[in-house]
Amino acid sequence: MEATQPGGIDAMVEPTLKAPVAKPPGRRNDRSTLLFLGPAGLLLAVFLVYPAIYTILLSFNRGRRGEFTEWVGLDHYISLLTGDKSFLDLTQFPPEGAIWNNVLWAVFYTSIVIFIGLVVAVLASRVRYESVIKAVVFLPMAIAATALAIIWNFVYAPDANIGLLNAILAPVTERGISWLGNPSLVNAALIGAGIWGSVGFATVILSAALKSIPSEILEAARVDGASERQVFFGIIIPMVSLPISVLAVTLLVNVVKLFDLIYVMTNGGPGTKSRVIAFTMYFESIPGGQFGRGAAVAVIMLILLIPIMAYNIRRFRSSRVT
Amino acid sequence: MDVVAEPRVEPRDLTTSARIVRFLNKTPIHIGLAIIAIIWLAPTVGLFVTSFRPRADIQVTGWWESFLQFRFTLANYAEVLSGQGMLQAFVNTLLIAVPSTLLPLILASMAAYAFSWLNFPFRDGLFLLVVALLMIPVQVAFIPLLKLFAPTGLLNSYGAIWLTHTAFALPFGIFLLRNFFITLPRDLIEAARIDGSSSIGIFRNIVVPLSVPAIAAYGIFQFLWVWNDLLMALVFVQNGTMWPMTKAIQNLLSQYGTEWHLLAAGAFILMAVPLLVFFSLQRYFVQGLLAGSVK
Repeated sequence: MEATQPGGIDAMVEPTLKAPVAKPPGRRNDRSTLLFLGPAGLLLAVFLVYPAIYTILLSFNRGRRGEFTEWVGLDHYISLLTGDKSFLDLTQFPPEGAIWNNVLWAVFYTSIVIFIGLVVAVLASRVRYESVIKAVVFLPMAIAATALAIIWNFVYAPDANIGLLNAILAPVTERGISWLGNPSLVNAALIGAGIWGSVGFATVILSAALKSIPSEILEAARVDGASERQVFFGIIIPMVSLPISVLAVTLLVNVVKLFDLIYVMTNGGPGTKSRVIAFTMYFESIPGGQFGRGAAVAVIMLILLIPIMAYNIRRFRSSRVT
Repeated sequence: MDVVAEPRVEPRDLTTSARIVRFLNKTPIHIGLAIIAIIWLAPTVGLFVTSFRPRADIQVTGWWESFLQFRFTLANYAEVLSGQGMLQAFVNTLLIAVPSTLLPLILASMAAYAFSWLNFPFRDGLFLLVVALLMIPVQVAFIPLLKLFAPTGLLNSYGAIWLTHTAFALPFGIFLLRNFFITLPRDLIEAARIDGSSSIGIFRNIVVPLSVPAIAAYGIFQFLWVWNDLLMALVFVQNGTMWPMTKAIQNLLSQYGTEWHLLAAGAFILMAVPLLVFFSLQRYFVQGLLAGSVK
């Protein structure tokens, strides 16, 4: 991405890190405030704030048909976390269940996306066709998770005449591997598709971060005899640690909200092996009709997102002080 | 040590051989990047090629062998568009996406203007609340909103999904646009105020025209977000004839899991508009997505 003019659209990418303006001019109690803020405020109140409160309260209720029938305290949470092996199964090692699958996604998807994104950004910066490479890896960001799911279902097809992966492995395997049908492979296969979809995003962010490292620093280190490896781990990595942490937070949010890809590629299967939290929430509430239980899963998602919300607000507030 | 100074080659007029040497020095980098490019292109190209292959060919040979046979057809697209109702689904996606983009664009701009250039009590606190609402997952709204919409009949029209998409787009839109609006020149807005412009006049004649890049990036982001959405459609579009393409393709997959000629063509009809946007408006698109990462 080429640099844009100051005050241009780049101001939006990291807007909170920019110095804020002081109090804007204007009269207090300007009557037009209501006109400008009213419609958005009403929608936020009715469609976000009210539902959030309703769902939190419903999660402590039997919640049949989504109505408040009988107070059950923490029953839904206890039954989800201790009595539902498809949600969390700690009786074996490694554990299983939707929450555990989210943990696998959080660890492997996040770290591998950042790693490959960094490698692509560093390699691409050394060649003239950098923008082409970045466009190629960024392309999957444009397409729907549904389309991405079809693309990868096709790559993973068990028939070696259809699936690219099995065609490549054909010389060493007896017959096609069912990547999405095998309980011990399905999560790795799904995470692989997810990584493919997100590396471009990491590449673009990290590439911009790399470009902000003054070239004199790198030159000086190379002149002093530092190897490329030392330059990479000693200078580049520490200098892009803030963008990496912002990126990691974004990817973790993706993981908590992950739904479309799983729903289309495996529908949570085989059995319940590839379910994730957002899948369980949908499955319990809409086809399952277990609204109280679904509400409890939604609240668990919300709880997982609160630390991220706090991080964003803190980032925002600290930038206001500087 | 060789004491004879070698002729210095100025970087500007490298000889051909020097260029080749420099290229070869970077060979590992080129190979690495070539592998990355293949991994990122092959899956999509494979499905694209497959979407033009006759059904009979797909069952017996891989798409990578199709260049030897060279038999391609548009029949898959015809079948999926008319026979499988993808044309109707395309129209449905459009009917969902356009209002779900324009409404938040207008409402978020207005609210962002209030947060950046109007003075009212609890302004900063309310803005922090908006930032906090960014993180609310749509899942917390499903049950209460289904209860809320049920008696209104909005679930049998696109009303429910328009309103829900709009509401969930607002926190991000307000956040993004407010952060852009505060960078506008203060003198300009104060001068207009002194000249007697109303808030509405300032918003319409100064703030919006100066913020077209930011509003465009947000609009493109939101349009593609809705275009590509499956989850909201699953919950808030209950009438099968009103399903968008994402749901229609998921349906196709669960009905005929191995009819790749239909799935490939369907997936590319779904991808066509986002890819068009990607290639024509790449800069806005990338900026919008980067900014949208907070969503």
